[in-house]
Amino acid sequence: MIAGMTALYIFMLAAFTGYEIISRVPVILHTPLMSGSNFVHGIVLVGAMVALGHAHTPLEQLIGFVGVMLAAGNAVGGYVVTERMLDMFKRSKKGAN
Amino acid sequence: MDNIIQISYFASAVLFILGLKRMSSPVTARVGIVWAGVGMLVATLITFFYPGMQNYLLMTVAIALGGGLALWSGKRVAMTDMPQMIALYNGMGGGAAGAIAAVELLRNEFPSTTFLALAIAGALIGSVSFSGSLIAFAKLQGWARKPLRFPGLQFFNLGLLLASVGVGAWLAIQGEPAGGTVLLFFALALAYGVMMALPIGGADMPVVISLFNALTGLAVAFEGFVLQNPAMIIAGTVVGSAGTLLTQLMAKAMNRSIGSVLFRAFGSIEESAAGEVGGSMKPIDATDAGVMMAYAERVVIVPGYGMAVAQAQHKIQELTELLTKRGVDVKFAIHPVAGRMPGHMNVLLAEANVPYDLLYDLDEINPAFPKTDVALVIGANDVVNPVARTSPDSPIYGMPILNVDQAKNVIVIKRGQGKGFSGVENALFYEDNTRMLYGDGQAMVGELIQAIKSL
Repeated sequence: MIAGMTALYIFMLAAFTGYEIISRVPVILHTPLMSGSNFVHGIVLVGAMVALGHAHTPLEQLIGFVGVMLAAGNAVGGYVVTERMLDMFKRSKKGAN
Repeated sequence: MDNIIQISYFASAVLFILGLKRMSSPVTARVGIVWAGVGMLVATLITFFYPGMQNYLLMTVAIALGGGLALWSGKRVAMTDMPQMIALYNGMGGGAAGAIAAVELLRNEFPSTTFLALAIAGALIGSVSFSGSLIAFAKLQGWARKPLRFPGLQFFNLGLLLASVGVGAWLAIQGEPAGGTVLLFFALALAYGVMMALPIGGADMPVVISLFNALTGLAVAFEGFVLQNPAMIIAGTVVGSAGTLLTQLMAKAMNRSIGSVLFRAFGSIEESAAGEVGGSMKPIDATDAGVMMAYAERVVIVPGYGMAVAQAQHKIQELTELLTKRGVDVKFAIHPVAGRMPGHMNVLLAEANVPYDLLYDLDEINPAFPKTDVALVIGANDVVNPVARTSPDSPIYGMPILNVDQAKNVIVIKRGQGKGFSGVENALFYEDNTRMLYGDGQAMVGELIQAIKSL
């Protein structure tokens, strides 16, 4: 059970982690990284699956179904788009001059 | 089994953080997204074994449907349209967080009021992010170009926000979420998201999308607490804080505060000071411009979003290669908000195979301009306007700009004599060392290439 102070500690440490990751990023990676973090919150898929998995009434099932569908879209779309962007960052073979 | 599930979630949280960390350097970025992807795969697969689960068929169909559509759209979207795709996928995540909350509210088996309150908070944030992101998508897609504004809009929106927070708080205090009230709560939250995004102009959209991205992360973290899922809590919070910082960085690069983006539209400054600039614009033809560049020692190319619109990046790459072969030192100056988001221009140039080590950001390139023989400005306007440095009464005063005017010669490729999106007259175009090359970006760069080749 994650509750009370434990939850607060997790929130705090995770928040610092996110801040640190971004603060050292070169501008050229801002859009890919935004896209990458967009992919990472696709983890909402796990929660949507659990919500649908525990749904009983048809209404709950319907909302759960939509939730899983949206979440899968977030995760898959986020990944595809980020990968496509990052694929382009290849260093020039001949060197700068 | 429970232990294996918990360990898997732990592993995926670690993979997310390490993946994001790797994504923060160009060298390791490609590996980073794969690591995060593995984390997502592990977490998703293990969730099928979560205790007491039903509706497996529905679940599989939903994943196949949502994932399939996203795969299809994500693969075929053009690089110039990336910002709105991010907005769309982000909105879906926010909607999913809202859906989780809706199911949990209907089931109403919360262990304590804290759980109920966080479920409601997550639902509010997620729903706002959902509807707001969809509006942002529609706007960037060009479906709803004109920002909606009417007198008292801000008060209307504030009322809407207070109402949704109020109804949410009432739900939490009451402890018995009834159908009608829950419906009203979601309707209010969704309406607020729409109304929040509608007045915002296209140029400010990236900041807003980034903000919605952070909000979705936060919503996911809250719902993760409700479901007691550590992977969701950690990943959501990391995105929430990283997204907030990124939003601030973007707003700062545009010399706008997040508050002014959200509550005051750019258009309101537009009429105030267009600023008169003396002198005249001096045209040049492509042949002369080509000769100038071919015999220069150092050339700096300053691309703007106009270059991407004209699809000139591939021609620019050709030009760069040609000049480099002649021994000219070619660099690219990338303003933080060139393109539509920080880093968007880099992606567009990378797509055209321009080596990323030729790209320099504002702080790196500005000291080099006085030693630059030719600065070629293509499709950029406000970000090279020296007025931002010199004239305190200009609306863009104080915005960090590229000091292109300090180069020995400046060539500006421009379609016509119009102004940038801020509506401010550009003093650079009237400088003595500036020559205007009028025409379509792609066609003009093509002519430059011809001119240099025929030397």
